[in-house]
Amino acid sequence: MKKSRGFPYIPHTEEDIRRMCRAVGVGSVDELLDIFPAGLRLKGPLNLPDGLSEQEVKGLLEKISAGNSTTADYSSFLGAGAYNHYIPSAIDRIISRSEFYTSYTPYQPEVSQGTLQAIFEYQTLICQMTGMEVSNASLYDGASATAEAVLMARRITAKKKVILSSALHPEYRQVARTYLSGAGDGIEEVFYCTEKGTTLPEAVKAVMDNDTACLVVQHPNFFGCCEDVAALADIVHEKKALLIVTVTEPLSLGILRPPGETGCDIVAGEAQSFGIPLNYGGPHLGFMATGGRNSRQMPGRIVGQTIDRKGARSFCLTMATREQHIRREKATSNICTNQGLNALACAVYLALLGKGGLVELARLNLSKAHYLKERLAAVGVKTAFSSPFFNEFVIETEEPAKQPASTASQPSSTERFLKTLLKKGIIGGLSLKRFYPSLDRHVLVTATEMNSKEEIDGYAAVVADVFLKA
Amino acid sequence: MGEKAEKTAIERFKSEPLIFERSSKGRAGVLPPAPDVPSVCPEDVLPAGFLRGDIEGFPEVSEGDCVRHYTRLSQMNIGVDSAMYPLGSCTMKYNPKVNEDTSRLSGFSALHPYQPEELCQGALGLMHELEGYLCEISGMDAVTLQGAAGAQGELCGLLMAGAYFRAKGRPRLKVLIPDTAHGTNPASSSLAGFSVVRVASGSDGVIHPEDVKKLMDRDTAALLLTNPNTLGLFEENIMEIADIVHSKGGLLYCDGANMNALMGIMKLGDMGVDLVQMNLHKTFSTPHGGGGPGSGPLGVKKALVPYLPVPRIRKKGRRFALDFNKKKSIGRLKAFYGHFSIMVRAYTYIRLMGYRGLRRASEMAVLNANYMKERLKKSYHLPFDRTCMHECVLSDRLQTPKGVTTLDIAKRLIDYGFHPPTIYFPFLVQGAMMIEPTETEGVETLDDFMEAMEAIAKEAEENPRLLKDAPHTTRISRVDETWAAREPVLRWTGEKLKIHSGCSKSSRCKASRSEE
Repeated sequence: MKKSRGFPYIPHTEEDIRRMCRAVGVGSVDELLDIFPAGLRLKGPLNLPDGLSEQEVKGLLEKISAGNSTTADYSSFLGAGAYNHYIPSAIDRIISRSEFYTSYTPYQPEVSQGTLQAIFEYQTLICQMTGMEVSNASLYDGASATAEAVLMARRITAKKKVILSSALHPEYRQVARTYLSGAGDGIEEVFYCTEKGTTLPEAVKAVMDNDTACLVVQHPNFFGCCEDVAALADIVHEKKALLIVTVTEPLSLGILRPPGETGCDIVAGEAQSFGIPLNYGGPHLGFMATGGRNSRQMPGRIVGQTIDRKGARSFCLTMATREQHIRREKATSNICTNQGLNALACAVYLALLGKGGLVELARLNLSKAHYLKERLAAVGVKTAFSSPFFNEFVIETEEPAKQPASTASQPSSTERFLKTLLKKGIIGGLSLKRFYPSLDRHVLVTATEMNSKEEIDGYAAVVADVFLKA
Repeated sequence: MGEKAEKTAIERFKSEPLIFERSSKGRAGVLPPAPDVPSVCPEDVLPAGFLRGDIEGFPEVSEGDCVRHYTRLSQMNIGVDSAMYPLGSCTMKYNPKVNEDTSRLSGFSALHPYQPEELCQGALGLMHELEGYLCEISGMDAVTLQGAAGAQGELCGLLMAGAYFRAKGRPRLKVLIPDTAHGTNPASSSLAGFSVVRVASGSDGVIHPEDVKKLMDRDTAALLLTNPNTLGLFEENIMEIADIVHSKGGLLYCDGANMNALMGIMKLGDMGVDLVQMNLHKTFSTPHGGGGPGSGPLGVKKALVPYLPVPRIRKKGRRFALDFNKKKSIGRLKAFYGHFSIMVRAYTYIRLMGYRGLRRASEMAVLNANYMKERLKKSYHLPFDRTCMHECVLSDRLQTPKGVTTLDIAKRLIDYGFHPPTIYFPFLVQGAMMIEPTETEGVETLDDFMEAMEAIAKEAEENPRLLKDAPHTTRISRVDETWAAREPVLRWTGEKLKIHSGCSKSSRCKASRSEE
């Protein structure tokens, strides 16, 4: 072995090692490792690069990251479950405090009150946003939170059948199917209304039966359309099933009536919008909230208020008898590590924004998206669905002058549409063909406070250019 | 200032009000930009029944108030940066600072998961390379990075095992799990549709082939082994056990939570392991964040590759692409592709350490644990006195005659400036204290920790009261966890704290109880 230059993250000097080996009663570290069967010990080194200095690694990672072009380089109109919002500087300063980010799950409350109180505040904020009574301490992401909500509904109702709206995020539906595959899937999907873009109440009525545990709808749904949650709740409750509302854009709750006020039983969703970077899809922040009577069926950590020996208010993890480390195979979930630091980021974000800022920002998103819709309409782009929307909606990309039907080798009109925009520095949205074969000319577009008027005008101008040439 | 007023001021200093209690109508911590497009009134585009009223109790604070509030909260925490944090099986190693910088590069953090692949080549390339590194370290044939945490990686492996046997036309419905396993093992197993059969450890703390042989049959999909196990012992019979499992057509799953003992020394893939989940937030230095986000990649052998979750990353020439089209795949575990920014941190760490650094880390982790075990066994009961791996398990057996328990020892350690070890786990050892120093603690810190432990052992003899009332140096005294569960208060409701009048009585009750 080459003479070591020392390891910045391992303090042991050769002298330390000799001293420690003596104390253990071995001649060398190698001798200590003799407990491993000789046949299993690696003969040579791992086939990995040699270590680098911090400076070199930083340079390397800068180079790799430069191989990406991001929402910072392009005008991005992508949403679909991951939203480009402004993140106030204070958030990263707070979550970079190492007392927060280098601590573990708060098992020892006396030295974890910071994490515990912050999570208690987060739980309260989630309850306030969703209009529910209890929230857990977070789940991985909106997709797994939705799957966990489905499992929870099955436990509460002791029924099997699960109905998913096809306007629920397609990847969330896939995750629900994966999570339920171990317990016999039992999932049915109900179609959305092709005109309105929302879940069809008649279709729900038709599949609801006495064996149905729950219906899952997303609000606003994957197409950006607002669902009539109250109407769906009535249908679901008639069959003594539960209504699960999934929220992927919780900023909408700054203006939309919270699910807790419209008959929803469990809210599950994704809170990446609240101060968490896009990060190429993760880590984000799954959340879940429900009515108080269901709290003991909730998955995940929960922080509760308590007192210390002297009677002072304090906080600790509670209701652990639901959890894997106590209940083992009978636990409500297998989740252990969750998204603690992102829940903190979310709490700081909402606290900073405050009541006024939240409403104002939600209104700004509403305005931007409606301005985008108007500008695109002005150049002849049709919106696919008629339902009210918050900050995203579906457009049809087909040129007014009909193109000859595209063949397999030819790019579709949607691909051409998005490619043209991309060349002009605009990520024009998400083509829906991959998820909905029938929506092969359709693009989901999103506008947030990050999209300036110039960007939106620019989008419309490029589209006008394409249409005029066609 | 009167004595009472002084006391209140000090009480106020010791506790931090909730953010809601710091709120004052009309304050703001950050302003959204003024609209540059025509303002749309929600009432004009949404039905009245869809709109919300006031959000009652929502905070209104200035940026300074907010920052001070959370800064003060942070001061009520201990992290790895503040103190040795020897939580067994959690691998609380030091997290290199540069990890935080590289993961925040805007080329990573501002990347949207649905951007066209040609704009994400750097990210896909990094993930592909990280998969390769983890394959090499674990000795597996393929790795998926999708798992959000160890438990999700584990669920992934179990769902794959289920799919593997279904595809063979003979579903298997049982799994074997040792009594020393992490709680997630049985929880993930039942979520994946398996019933759990418990395997008892031998009196030497490891699993014995004959016990596996008795239980292993052709209805059993897998044995879930943690190696090194949660007693910090190497499952030395693993090859023989693997043969037994394989001879019945079963799979050997390994919980890789304790892989910090093995890097560059041995590969799980060489020990007959078919599936292993790794925890980037343990072995690969990504921070724990007060409970996540972590990352739980899963490595598998060739026969299981078709069942891996989608999408897979495919290399075509010099380009990388996402492949969604895998017929036998179990599907998806989460939206998008996993905890990417955690992967960036782990990748950074592996490049910093290199093959020599990783091996050195494992060697020193093992040396540290044995160094502590040798000395601490003189003042604490050591149930399994043999060479340990990266952690050792002690118990409170020598202290219980004085009425002192593991909980008291743990709380007293806080007064000495250390985070307590994992306590009361594994269940196999009554009053367990599971100590994992990790390689990032130097010999002086270990000596300090052991001196503290020895001082506590002495206090247990001479003044047990001191331990029963610990901690004494934290802002709050010992927390009543039972009280929290009795009538759960899980959110702030705006009600004034009632507990202050009732609680002193309750804590007196508790105090008198503990004196009995």
